[in-house]
Amino acid sequence: MRNILAALLIGASALAGAGAAAAQTGPLRIEIDQGVIEPLPYAVPDFVPETPAAAEYAAEIARVIASDLSGTGLFREVPASAHISKVAAFDGPVKFSDWKAVNAQALITGAVSVTGNGLTVRFRGYDVFAEKELETALQFTGTTDGWRRMAHKVADAIYSEITGESGYFDSRVVYVSESGPKNDRRKRLAVMDYDGANVQYLTNSASIVLAPRFSPTGDRVLYTSYESGFPQIHVLDVGQVQRKVLSSGDGTMSFAPRFAPDGRTIVYSQTQGGNTDLFSMDINTGANTRLTSAPSIETAPSFSPDGSQIVFESDRSGSQQLYVMPAGGGEARRISFGEGRYGTPVWSPRGDMVAFTKQNKGRFHIGVMRTDGSEERLLTASFLDEGPTWAPNGRVIMFTRESQGSSGRALLYSVDITGRNLKPVKTPDGASDPSWSPLQK
Amino acid sequence: MSGLKLAIAAVAVLGLAACSNKPWNDDLNGAGGAGGAGAGAGAGALDPASPAYFRQSVGDRVLFAVDQHTLSPAAQATLQGQARWLAQNADYAVTIEGHADEQGTREYNLGLGAKRANAAREYLISQGIAGGRIKVLSYGKERPLEICSDETCYSKNRRAVTVLAGGLTG
Repeated sequence: MRNILAALLIGASALAGAGAAAAQTGPLRIEIDQGVIEPLPYAVPDFVPETPAAAEYAAEIARVIASDLSGTGLFREVPASAHISKVAAFDGPVKFSDWKAVNAQALITGAVSVTGNGLTVRFRGYDVFAEKELETALQFTGTTDGWRRMAHKVADAIYSEITGESGYFDSRVVYVSESGPKNDRRKRLAVMDYDGANVQYLTNSASIVLAPRFSPTGDRVLYTSYESGFPQIHVLDVGQVQRKVLSSGDGTMSFAPRFAPDGRTIVYSQTQGGNTDLFSMDINTGANTRLTSAPSIETAPSFSPDGSQIVFESDRSGSQQLYVMPAGGGEARRISFGEGRYGTPVWSPRGDMVAFTKQNKGRFHIGVMRTDGSEERLLTASFLDEGPTWAPNGRVIMFTRESQGSSGRALLYSVDITGRNLKPVKTPDGASDPSWSPLQK
Repeated sequence: MSGLKLAIAAVAVLGLAACSNKPWNDDLNGAGGAGGAGAGAGAGALDPASPAYFRQSVGDRVLFAVDQHTLSPAAQATLQGQARWLAQNADYAVTIEGHADEQGTREYNLGLGAKRANAAREYLISQGIAGGRIKVLSYGKERPLEICSDETCYSKNRRAVTVLAGGLTG
């Protein structure tokens, strides 16, 4: 999985057109911020197997690409049953008229070859009506068990070329897998691909685990565990599945840990004498610093991507609201002023927005606002939505939705920051507290 | 040692320990909770120095209003009883477990449960119990006792439960 190399394949034609194409706005362009979007129709015929062992991957890779693109709500697949042409040879000429006839505005073709356990995927994207190739011609080389990642990388390249946004498909989500009834719920950490594939469990369910968060490079996970009987902060190396306890102190609760962008500093809540405040810690030295000292509950911190500020929630005004303060502590500025209560703020990876949970009139919402609190927009409404996490490109939010009543169950959902494309994320069991990784390298 | 003492007492008096493999502690007297008719009927037979007596007759829990951690007069009366019992049974230390209902975000509810547990602790201290005997812990909304999604359940879930442990013996 780690040894995937991306290499520019077609030098001449892609590079020659680069300058001109960058300046023009071609017909194949989705502006995501426009109002209602008519999904862009595309075709992705089965990739061409170029070695016998590639046959089992060639069709599957095309299916994962289609699932990624159509899953955004921005693209609509023209199904294979409607295709007129077959793509039998990757380097053969494209019969644009056949794709125009089925109104596929974009066409993605590819070829797969397998040597030993090595897998190579080549692909091209076409603007069908302009009859020209998109500047996405790439080749990914990896191992056969990493085939889904290569499909996600192809989809990321196509998405990125057509939307102008960076992709988010080659990413993972760490979350809390839940089983058992509401009054005997078992929780364990799990990690999966963003689309729910490749679930791997990272802890057993002997003790409660809560709110995992990926490190800035996705190699480690911070979370809260009741393993000692009291909630304490743990860090886990995802590759090695090695754990370490970062906080201790019998009778002291530490929870809500999040990484700073430096991957070495964390901010978290600690409760002393019933009072919860924010602290930071250098996880290499263990040295910690108090950031707030108020009799109210200060928790759910999140660093700005440049590491200079922390957004957090506090009920110092009498109800939960959002505040921003310098990363080293100091005066906090309230940013939420709407009706209701605001919690679980998460700074967007682009730095321009904060996602949050809002409670108002007995309903829960996931929303976004500018970092100064302006332009608040609620994206969802339900009995219990909470805990947003951002896709690496800042376009999509995943969160926990819990259903009502004695059979109530938590599941993961995702929604575009425009409020469109609300949908469940497949998990084998109940699931809560997602944290989205950065785009994988 | 202290955990063992608690477990033995539960087996002997209630015979319920085998049914309960849950990692938290406040359901040993069944879903009916403290003060139920069944608990009252059995209480006369209990040794007043037993943990079962503490749970059922003294009352091991106090309840809170929505998003509050202040102690009601009823809660204060229960805690006065707990303080008297703890004064007479000085071998026991306690952990007070604070809980919240599901109408709140996870981490906020951890903080709220801690405030509730601490309010009970401060009250016991004001009644003469040494602070060193009392730990506090919050489960937030992680361990609901009642599972419906309305106030009849929520009101029982917003609780601070005083769980006995040994620990000061010898």
